[in-house]
Amino acid sequence: MDYYELLFEQMKSGVKLSFFESFYYKFYSAFIINERWLQYIEGVGTTILVTAMALVLGVILGLIVALVRTAHDQQRPGRKNLILGVVNAICKVYTTVIRGTPMMVQLLIMGMVVFASSRNFTAVGALTLGINSGAYVSEIIRSGLMSIDAGQMEAGRSLGMDYFTTMRFIIIPQAIKNILPALGNEFIILLKDTSLITVIGGKELLYAAQGVMNRTYEAMFPLMGTACIYLALVMLFTALLGKLERRLRQSDLR
Amino acid sequence: MIYVDHLTKSFGDHLVLDDISEHIAPGEKVVVIGPSGSGKSTFLRCLNLLEMPTSGTITFNGTEITDPKVKIDEVRRQMGMVFQHFNLFANLTIRRNITLAPVQTGLMKQDEADELAVTLLKRVDLADKADAYPVQLSGGQKQRIAIVRALAMKPKLMLFDEPTSALDPEMVGEVLEVMKELADEGMTMVVVTHEMGFAREVGSRVLFMADGKILEQNAPAELFANPQHPRLKDFLSKVL
Repeated sequence: MDYYELLFEQMKSGVKLSFFESFYYKFYSAFIINERWLQYIEGVGTTILVTAMALVLGVILGLIVALVRTAHDQQRPGRKNLILGVVNAICKVYTTVIRGTPMMVQLLIMGMVVFASSRNFTAVGALTLGINSGAYVSEIIRSGLMSIDAGQMEAGRSLGMDYFTTMRFIIIPQAIKNILPALGNEFIILLKDTSLITVIGGKELLYAAQGVMNRTYEAMFPLMGTACIYLALVMLFTALLGKLERRLRQSDLR
Repeated sequence: MIYVDHLTKSFGDHLVLDDISEHIAPGEKVVVIGPSGSGKSTFLRCLNLLEMPTSGTITFNGTEITDPKVKIDEVRRQMGMVFQHFNLFANLTIRRNITLAPVQTGLMKQDEADELAVTLLKRVDLADKADAYPVQLSGGQKQRIAIVRALAMKPKLMLFDEPTSALDPEMVGEVLEVMKELADEGMTMVVVTHEMGFAREVGSRVLFMADGKILEQNAPAELFANPQHPRLKDFLSKVL
């Protein structure tokens, strides 16, 4: 009979555990017994997967929306393109609706109305987060594109390169460098917001913690553990971003 | 080479160019002078449609470039432009600054462009800066790079928009030197500048602009010695 079971027997017979004994018992039941730590690891895997999928979707959506809106705003007066006007209006509705409604409500609508019959809660969660993130990322990218001196675009165009070539080689690379801190913010928020997909049954980290809580009737250790794991992930993410930022600053070194 | 016909440009209610007609012949070095706000830069920027004229037409080598159906990028490939604030691509090395446009527009292959970049950089004595970034250069060096970047497209016409106005005084000379060499080689040039010495020495014709109109034009020696219009007399008395 090991120490954990001994403590369990003592508790059942009404013996009051000391602080250390009770700490050990709760920690053991939250993380070790029945290989519960595996559930957390699986949860972290899902969290990272959902973050990555939402990130990719969010950046793609955000870039498209930002490019459409910037291209629309940079048109010459009197030479407006009708199709671009329509697409621009759609993009505006998208950002307005997404930014104007709570993420939790969007998740519930996607999980229980739009994809009510889907069992793949994790994928629905990732999709919703990606669509949500895209609206915010588009504004970040747009601010980056607008931060570049108009002379850069003029120089590119005066050399005979078209709008999109100049965007691709000159404007976007400089914009990315400028928006990296804001984008990092958005990624961190996204990573933590993955915890919300629990409400539609997405099996990420917090879901695992809740599962343990429901078995042990003990909240502190699973929740503290979850918080620590999120903190570690965010710190890792921040360090990686810092590294990337330093590399992109190469052309600013004198 | 370039015919400007009844060109007007207004920003909102503000009329910047007022019915300008002008012809620039191949090989000419036209220098545009005038007080600030006279529309000199706007006139120059209309020539390669960085500003869209409000009305009037511009015809370049037989093509009416103000026609909306004209592919403007193809026209611009034949006109180089040098800006007051250099506008070198901040994220690219000097070499890539020069080679990007020729390669992307299909004018030449990367290795041809690299070779051309070396030749051009030697010409302005900056061969050792090929792998530097624009922030590492002085203003004069940046402007010399900007000139050869435009030359890499093998343009038929060069437009200069106050190329020395943002430079420290001791760097003006090195930039003007490159422009003089270019003029001696027979390049057609339109130069907006406040450098009266350059206008006198290099210009084949000087246009004086004020209030969106060309008020007077003449060969530089004649224009500076015998100004007719009172506005020009007034302007010259201030700058000379």
